[in-house]
Amino acid sequence: MFEIHCPYCNEKRSEIEFAYAGEAHYVRPTAQEQTEMSDEDWSRYMFIRDNIRGEHAERWWHNSGCNMFFNAIRDTVTDKFVMTYKMGQPRRTETQIEAARKNNAEQKAKS
Amino acid sequence: MKYSAISLFANALSGHKKWPVQFPDKEPKKEYDAIIVGGGGHGLGAAYYLAKRYGITNVAVLEKGWIGGGNTGRNTTIIRSNYLFDESAAMYDHAVDLWDGLGQELNYNLMFSKRGVLMLAHNVHDVQSFQRHVHANRLNGVDNKWLSPEECKAFCPPLDISPHRRYPVMGGALQMRAGTARHDSVAWGYARAASKLGVDIIQNCKVIGIRRDPDGAVEGVETEKGYIASKKIGVSAAGNTSVVMEMAGLRFPLESYPLQALVSEPVKPVMPCVVMSNAVHAYISQSDKGELVIGAGTDQYTSYSQRGPLHLQEHNVAAICEIFPIFKRQRMLRSWGGIVDVTPDRSPIVGKTPVKGLYVNCGWGTGGFKATPGAADMLAYTVAHDAPHKINAPFNLDRFVGGRLIDEAAAAAVAH
Ligand SMILES: Cc1cc2nc3c(=O)[nH]c(=O)nc-3n(C[C@H](O)[C@H](O)[C@H](O)COP(=O)(O)OP(=O)(O)OC[C@H]3O[C@@H](n4cnc5c(N)ncnc54)[C@H](O)[C@@H]3O)c2cc1C
Ligand SMILES: [Zn+2]
Repeated sequence: MFEIHCPYCNEKRSEIEFAYAGEAHYVRPTAQEQTEMSDEDWSRYMFIRDNIRGEHAERWWHNSGCNMFFNAIRDTVTDKFVMTYKMGQPRRTETQIEAARKNNAEQKAKS
Repeated sequence: MKYSAISLFANALSGHKKWPVQFPDKEPKKEYDAIIVGGGGHGLGAAYYLAKRYGITNVAVLEKGWIGGGNTGRNTTIIRSNYLFDESAAMYDHAVDLWDGLGQELNYNLMFSKRGVLMLAHNVHDVQSFQRHVHANRLNGVDNKWLSPEECKAFCPPLDISPHRRYPVMGGALQMRAGTARHDSVAWGYARAASKLGVDIIQNCKVIGIRRDPDGAVEGVETEKGYIASKKIGVSAAGNTSVVMEMAGLRFPLESYPLQALVSEPVKPVMPCVVMSNAVHAYISQSDKGELVIGAGTDQYTSYSQRGPLHLQEHNVAAICEIFPIFKRQRMLRSWGGIVDVTPDRSPIVGKTPVKGLYVNCGWGTGGFKATPGAADMLAYTVAHDAPHKINAPFNLDRFVGGRLIDEAAAAAVAH
């Protein structure tokens, strides 16, 4: 069991308070787009996910806490969270992720 | 060497110190007629059937770790074929047919035991949907029968069927031809038999790239042991399929989740069969060693870690104690996890891919052990003929574009 930092509560809470909610930054096509898009594109939207082995941008839901959704970067090989951030913020860049990784390592060295 | 009572006796006289190796550890050749990526039961079986049934013997199985170290060696070994849809019935029943006599064919004791799988119904919805399953199965020639609570108890005495339990047993669907097998033996038996037919089993050989010619067809694979050429590549990499497919520029409708299982301390025989409960959400059987083997559903988040959190194991054990109060004081011995590749409709993908010469067998998720001989045969057939067999034809990748899904998701609700 791990602890997850909720960016709304600004606190680390136990994993059992949270629910996984799939790949992050996933944009649903508008009703108009849906009527015009090809079967292939619709299939990609419906069924294809990143399923990355490594750092994965994903959504979590603090359902037994503040009830807010937020996004996270988690390494799917170690299950370690690199960072979490509020809903609506843009996809994290490689530099931002790298900085978070460094920060985590420093925090760990201190404690 | 042929394994028999005589060879067992002869080797006992020499203190079991002179058994020959079961199959040689090979270094890769420069080129093969076909390469199978992934040395699980499915991949090893595919190599065996390529050589045995379809006449292609210049074959290599490339395994990144040790054979059977993936889900093949991590599952809870339930074998059954009582799936709902016609396509699934054909696919899983083909496998169950092949399980019969497989030990003889491979000259390897697979400990295949048709002890029966009993699926419990705890509410009116369960009763209705299981009875529907029983009828659908029987129309497809798949054995399955309905038992009253008393009949369930008679078949599986440790069960508590008292009506005042929180989740009373209202009946059950029993498939008698279903059961369990020794999972490691399946990998080893196929490896030994394939190796005898000329297949190279190459372990510690991770595939890290797929090379393609200017027309896009596959030419070979880059591996930790160098480049190996082949115009036919069959991928059977279970939880890592997305990673391998990415090497050919393909994105697959798969998500990889941990699935955990655990076993208790060994006890005297007490569980005569396999019992599954979708509503309470767990299943249980007893191994020949005496351990109670317990499992349930996948973890909630995608992962490649091959492990999962403890609270899910607590959940599994709590569910078992609910159905079998007799096991409340049983201590757990070990737990582990595997990574299962889950498709949106919970049915596998077995067939061709958009890349010429690249074939796939994946998406078996939480329930592919039972299908091992069938999936292996279908992958081998597809690789050999460059076309699917009629049994695996519906399990194509295109169904996710065309919409012809084989929606078994609701049919099993619990992993198995
Ligand atoms: C805990 C648990 C319980 C289960 N219980 C049941 C059950 O009761 N009944 C049932 O029917 N099914 C069950 N399953 C599912 C079943 O185990 C799988 O569906 C089945 O074993 C898949 O077989 P496979 O040979 O395709 O996969 P695997 O045995 O996982 O083989 C895939 C192999 O590919 C290798 N590989 C991956 N990437 C590469 C690469 N790049 N290069 C080289 N090799 C690579 C891996 O190391 C692995 O050995 C369970 C699974 C788990 C985890
Ligand atoms: Zn919160």
